[in-house]
Amino acid sequence: MRKKMFRGKKYFIEALWEGLLKISGSVTSIIIILIVLFLFSEGMGIFKKKVVEDGYVIAVNKNNPVKDLSPEQIKNIFDVKIVSWKELGVNINEDEISLLRLDDIPNYFPEDQIAEDMSNLPQIISQILKEHPGMIAFIPEDFAKKGFSEKVLDLGNINLKEFFGGKEWFPTAQPAPQFGVIPIVMGTLWVSLGAILIALPFGIAVSIYSAELASKKVHKILKPVIELLAGIPSVVYGFFGLIVIVPLIQKVFNLDVGETGLAGSIVLAIMALPTIITIAEDALRSTPRAMKEASLALGANKWQTILKVTIPYSISGITAGVVLGIGRAIGETMAVLMVTGNAAVIPHTLLEPVRTIPATIAAELGEAPKGGAHYEALFVLGCILFIITLIINLVVEYISSKNKNKVA
Amino acid sequence: MKSLRKIALAIAVSMAFTPMINAQKIKGSDTVLPLSQKEAEAYGKKGGKVTVTGGGSGVGIAALIDGTTEIAQASRKMKFGERQKLQSAGKQAKEVVIAYDALAVVVNPNNKVSQLTRQQLEDIFTGKINNWKQVGGDDMKIVVYSRETSSGTYEFFKEHVLKNKNYMSSVLSMPATGAIIQSIKQTKGAIGYVGLAYLNKEVKAIKVSFDGKNFVAPSVATAKNKTYPVVRPLFYYYEVKNAKKVKPYIDFVLSSEGQAIVDKVGYISLK
Repeated sequence: MRKKMFRGKKYFIEALWEGLLKISGSVTSIIIILIVLFLFSEGMGIFKKKVVEDGYVIAVNKNNPVKDLSPEQIKNIFDVKIVSWKELGVNINEDEISLLRLDDIPNYFPEDQIAEDMSNLPQIISQILKEHPGMIAFIPEDFAKKGFSEKVLDLGNINLKEFFGGKEWFPTAQPAPQFGVIPIVMGTLWVSLGAILIALPFGIAVSIYSAELASKKVHKILKPVIELLAGIPSVVYGFFGLIVIVPLIQKVFNLDVGETGLAGSIVLAIMALPTIITIAEDALRSTPRAMKEASLALGANKWQTILKVTIPYSISGITAGVVLGIGRAIGETMAVLMVTGNAAVIPHTLLEPVRTIPATIAAELGEAPKGGAHYEALFVLGCILFIITLIINLVVEYISSKNKNKVA
Repeated sequence: MKSLRKIALAIAVSMAFTPMINAQKIKGSDTVLPLSQKEAEAYGKKGGKVTVTGGGSGVGIAALIDGTTEIAQASRKMKFGERQKLQSAGKQAKEVVIAYDALAVVVNPNNKVSQLTRQQLEDIFTGKINNWKQVGGDDMKIVVYSRETSSGTYEFFKEHVLKNKNYMSSVLSMPATGAIIQSIKQTKGAIGYVGLAYLNKEVKAIKVSFDGKNFVAPSVATAKNKTYPVVRPLFYYYEVKNAKKVKPYIDFVLSSEGQAIVDKVGYISLK
């Protein structure tokens, strides 16, 4: 009787453990899915946002035939790079474009006649626009409603083509912010690719040396030193990069500026090394002794054994290490923010300043007004980063599963 | 178990009491933040209670409009749109200048160029001038450093010096003023801007002229007598109906004791 009760208690505890594990597993998966959903739902809002900054409109003279302006054209108009309507293919009797921002109103209209509560501004702006047929005005929405008699341009929403095909990133530009992601995505890919090219040979070489060739004494020192690398905060790597690597690159390549994609790649490679080495080494060490000894017994030397037996056997572990290393490189923020210069131009070589996705998000999200177009654009960047990592993971998984079959 | 209960109790007590402490809240610009913190500290020693948080000028003013802060600190004037929002919320704000901050344009110490006009600065930062020989220096590419797009310093420089035009897209943007100084120190053709408080011997400050004739070097003295042109006021905004509540603190900041703190933090005091 007593024995039975005891057994019942034991089963109960086992069931409890099982249940706990199940729950924690499902909770983790649900949270991950929720985070991804959150990321995408926040980001997609941007395509419902107007081209012009929230709460503002672009207005022109009633007789101006202009219908549509792209965000880029608007920016160039307000930067005085486009100065005549002809450049936009618009024929109008006053060809030169003049600009009107709210702060300019006193230049056109006596300030003491503006009502204290600004209630007569719609009429005043209408009058100024009427007198200047070539003028383009950037004004709050409220002043373009009641009592406003001129033409308000309907420029539509931010569209996919402008976002994913745009080449300029000016998220705070007025009146039309520029959200071209190409330079930032390209910057991320360049820096990560450079980091992988540097980290991969070093990482695998060190892990083979440490697992197969190093004496016990060397291994005892080497392993903790490498693991120590992983514990250094990334901002320290950033400062190290800025003060040591950046000037070095500038000198070696005789460049105007040392903050380049290459500096970012080197710092990231150093940061990814401990992950790659530790995991790859563990994988190499997990090769059964019997397999290695069988190879040696067949007359293969040490080098042939490593190449033909140990590496193929542990290839999936090595790739796992590499993937995690790449993941760290692509998502790394602080160190990259400090050494790559963050210029949002499309890079053509690794020796130019670049801007990466994580650096952009880190630098801008804190000040972007919540729910605004800039905020949502940063979330879309997060989505892009997520998709890039997902693709890399899938590709590597596919390759490693193929290799495994070959060995087996 | 006992300690757990204690912690839970402590949390419950602190949660119950937080809304009861009648502290004044200041929120907004990160430029003003270090100054407000020091002022609040000194004011706290006299028995007042003020809590200070950053977030950016825009965030502070939005909080003032929503009524979630008593004082908004800002490194720029309230924008027209914000004033309008405030009005439609049925509120009126009062503006107080508490200190000034000068921006120094800096280059590498080995650069021969020592003065620039506003027009030249605009052309450099918008990319029309890209070699130092165009402004009287050596034949060397100009490397432009700027702060991040979201910083108030970036906005002020854009409005005040670039006349609202956008920076060229290839400017290098750095996350902090310290990083700008470090980069300019080690890049021969570099130019950038930093707050006066950050100036040191590692970089060279440029004399600036807005009228094309008088070139003035940035210093506390020239910023005070208004001959140096790139100076911005730092503001506190509060609601008129809260005037009585915030007055003691603002009077403290404007007093000689409060203004001495301004100088200590590295900004320019009013007198």
